Amino acid sequence: MTGVVVRGLTAGYGSEAVLHDLDLTVPSGAVSAVLGRSGSGKTTFLRILAGFVRPAAGTVQFGDRLVAGAGAGFPHCFVPPEKRRVGIVPQEGALFPHLSVSENVGFGLPRYSESRIGELLEMVGMGSHATARPHELSGGQQQRVALARALAPRPDVVLLDEPFSSLDLALRARLRSEVCGLLRSLGTTAVLVTHDQEEALSIADLVAVLRDGRIVQAGTPAALYTEPADLELARFLGEVAELPVSVVRGGLATCSLGDVVVQGGEPRDLAVAGGDVVAVLRPEQLELSRPGGDGGGLGAGVVRETAYYGHDAVVQVELADGTRVPVRTPGGVTSPPRPGEAVMVRATGVGRLYPAEPAVDRLCARTGGRSATTTSNTPPSRFVTMR
Amino acid sequence: MIPGPDVLPLPSSPLAGRPPRALLLAGAGTAIAAIIPLLYLLVRVSGAGAERIVDVLANRRTLETAATSVALVIVVVGACLLIGVPTGWLLARVQLPFRALWVVGAALPLAVPSYVAAYAWLAQFPMSGFWAAALILTLVSFPYVALPVTAALRSSDPALEEVARTLGRGPVRSFTETTLPQAWPAAAAGALLVALYVLSDFGAVALLRVDAFTRVIYTSYRASFDRVGATVLALVLVALALLLVVAERRIRGRRQRWRVGVGTQRRAVAVNLRGLSMALAVAWLALLTGLALGVPLVSLLLRMLQGSRTPLDIGELASAAVNSFGVAAAGAALAVALALPVAILAARYRTPMVRAIETVSYTGHALPGVVVGLSMVFLTLAVLPVAYQTVAALAFAYAVLFLPKAIGSARSATAAVPPVLELTARTLGRGPLRAWAATTLRYTLPGIATGGLLVLLTAMKELPVTLMLRPTGLDTLATELWSRTEVAAYGSAAPYAFALIVLAAVPAWLVGRMVTNEFASEGMNP
Repeated sequence: MTGVVVRGLTAGYGSEAVLHDLDLTVPSGAVSAVLGRSGSGKTTFLRILAGFVRPAAGTVQFGDRLVAGAGAGFPHCFVPPEKRRVGIVPQEGALFPHLSVSENVGFGLPRYSESRIGELLEMVGMGSHATARPHELSGGQQQRVALARALAPRPDVVLLDEPFSSLDLALRARLRSEVCGLLRSLGTTAVLVTHDQEEALSIADLVAVLRDGRIVQAGTPAALYTEPADLELARFLGEVAELPVSVVRGGLATCSLGDVVVQGGEPRDLAVAGGDVVAVLRPEQLELSRPGGDGGGLGAGVVRETAYYGHDAVVQVELADGTRVPVRTPGGVTSPPRPGEAVMVRATGVGRLYPAEPAVDRLCARTGGRSATTTSNTPPSRFVTMR
Repeated sequence: MIPGPDVLPLPSSPLAGRPPRALLLAGAGTAIAAIIPLLYLLVRVSGAGAERIVDVLANRRTLETAATSVALVIVVVGACLLIGVPTGWLLARVQLPFRALWVVGAALPLAVPSYVAAYAWLAQFPMSGFWAAALILTLVSFPYVALPVTAALRSSDPALEEVARTLGRGPVRSFTETTLPQAWPAAAAGALLVALYVLSDFGAVALLRVDAFTRVIYTSYRASFDRVGATVLALVLVALALLLVVAERRIRGRRQRWRVGVGTQRRAVAVNLRGLSMALAVAWLALLTGLALGVPLVSLLLRMLQGSRTPLDIGELASAAVNSFGVAAAGAALAVALALPVAILAARYRTPMVRAIETVSYTGHALPGVVVGLSMVFLTLAVLPVAYQTVAALAFAYAVLFLPKAIGSARSATAAVPPVLELTARTLGRGPLRAWAATTLRYTLPGIATGGLLVLLTAMKELPVTLMLRPTGLDTLATELWSRTEVAAYGSAAPYAFALIVLAAVPAWLVGRMVTNEFASEGMNP
């Protein structure tokens, strides 16, 4: 069993640096995801693990084996890809187009072994395609073969470079759960790079979020979703209700929903950060009720938009102070309230406090003009958090 | 009449549904025009009787000719592969100083017509025979292998080599086991183009006195008007050429299928050669460019400077240039007119009928110039004596011969325009023709014009067809160069050769732009 330990990893030089002083420990035998937008440095990170790129500084260890080390204060070492015992599943598979499916899988075996190839192909559900040529396979099938090819020499670490991004939605969900199930059952250490937050949260045991070449936060999917390190990450990982806070006292924040239970962010720090503070709640931490009634964390509002998804619905409610908040309501036969209806919104969970920042502009500046929704699978209508 | 759902095609490319009848008729007309020269030769031969045909075929001279042609093809193709594949690798993967310049240097030999190259070498070194012809033909046709290999190596997915590295291969074996096999179809297709070029070439073998098919056909037609003999040989030549064309198409089809995935492609990492190996690489490219371009150019300039016994007649040169341009322009105009319906059909509709029309229209690709010339001479003499040795017959021969260039250009330009534009114009009240003119035509004009220009410039260099079909007394640059070289008047031929090289550089530059893929992204349109 081999984990991956990265210390002080820096790639590129000076102002051109792509990765800055990165520390990360990938647990052995688990599926870990490196999540980031394009340009965040996640692909460079993967290429360093594979041995395609030499780091400028820092070390990479597979288990207790040093595979790369460079820079002042680090041991010097570079193990070429062919000696690393690492398997890679590139974007779109990159099957060798001139070889058949079984020749592709057998490429990395020390001796061409029909039985081993057959076993691997069965494992990925491609047993009946051994003689096919890559161009005869669908995108999903190509990815399965690419996985079998990567696993054939029994690598210590398997790297997956956005392997599902070119597949359509339904196939993507099925294939990624199959692949991760297989990797877990084999006990292989796997590192998956993705820009899809839903993918990272749903399949990985550990998620590391990369932004501008730095790790913003690493932890279990639940820890990331419920306790994101900053407001931008909270927005990236899912929908949020951002409520401007006027007073914070004794774990209660006063906002347009009244007093809401909050944690995180020392009031003093927040005050220093620039004054404005928001309490952030997820849509499922909010609840709708009919007008009337009273109590803590309750605010009146008007429904502006409703998106019905079957299993649930997300209702955009404009509160009295003009703040728009998304509220997740049960789906099924209960029909959600219609636009224009007056409702009451109640906070049912614990909010988190962050320094306020402009909603969309900052994200645009960071991702080079693309809005946050382009990198998530959430339909744009579900991502309206304007105030 | 209310159009049914199958009349208005679906907005996908290629379009579902049936092509309009008028377009189909026009396309069929083009196909018939394209195949007339070949058909007429078949008609003539079938009239000669089996005994006479077997006589010609079994003739010792025929067998010797075939052996010479085949040997020449094998030697030149082998040499082009040996030169072209390593050169392609150097151009694609090595961080060369002045890389762009070397790429142009490897493309420009295409611009030198074989008879100009042969003339230029002859003017300095007295040479003739098989090996001389093999040398000249290799020097002018190796780009057919080097350029596609360059493109294939540059566009091959670097992820393949990376995957091979993680599967235990070192850097060299990763390359030879993953990327190199993908360059083979490109090299093989290029090799077949070389074979076709060598088989069809008239100028080099004629000037260097090698009895290959084209020269034997030409001399037997000139010497004796031995119609049956020349015709049978021409048909054997066409049969060989057709084999090559079919093989080339099959390889090309397979090459397209060798692309898997559609995502963004990274550029392969360049190899950094150092010291002696870099010096050797540059020396190799310099030697190649020197032989293929330097020798002809220097030879030409020397001859021009030395002058000749007879002073250069500027008026004669100018009138030859004007004549060249005039007949070639007529051929190009006809070729574009014939090509348009076929190009639109092929880009927009995929029915068996359309496929058949397109394939037949490409006949000229497999017809050596000598064959078209011969057929047109016989055809005009027998059917339409008024047209014998007229500009009309010459333009028609050019059009048939170079139709594939015009179709190819117009077709890819049309295919690049989404049909939904035309359909939208239809819904806004334009008839089919006006809708086409208002949308698709506007965007395809540059492509169509490029095709026409390509035909124009290629026709200006054409030698055997011009020799056989030109009106008496009409001299072009090519025929002037030919007649002067034949009588060893090398000095007075130089200005004509120079004019031809300048003209020919334009299509070579276009081809180079299309083939080397850093230019390909810019496309053909401004």
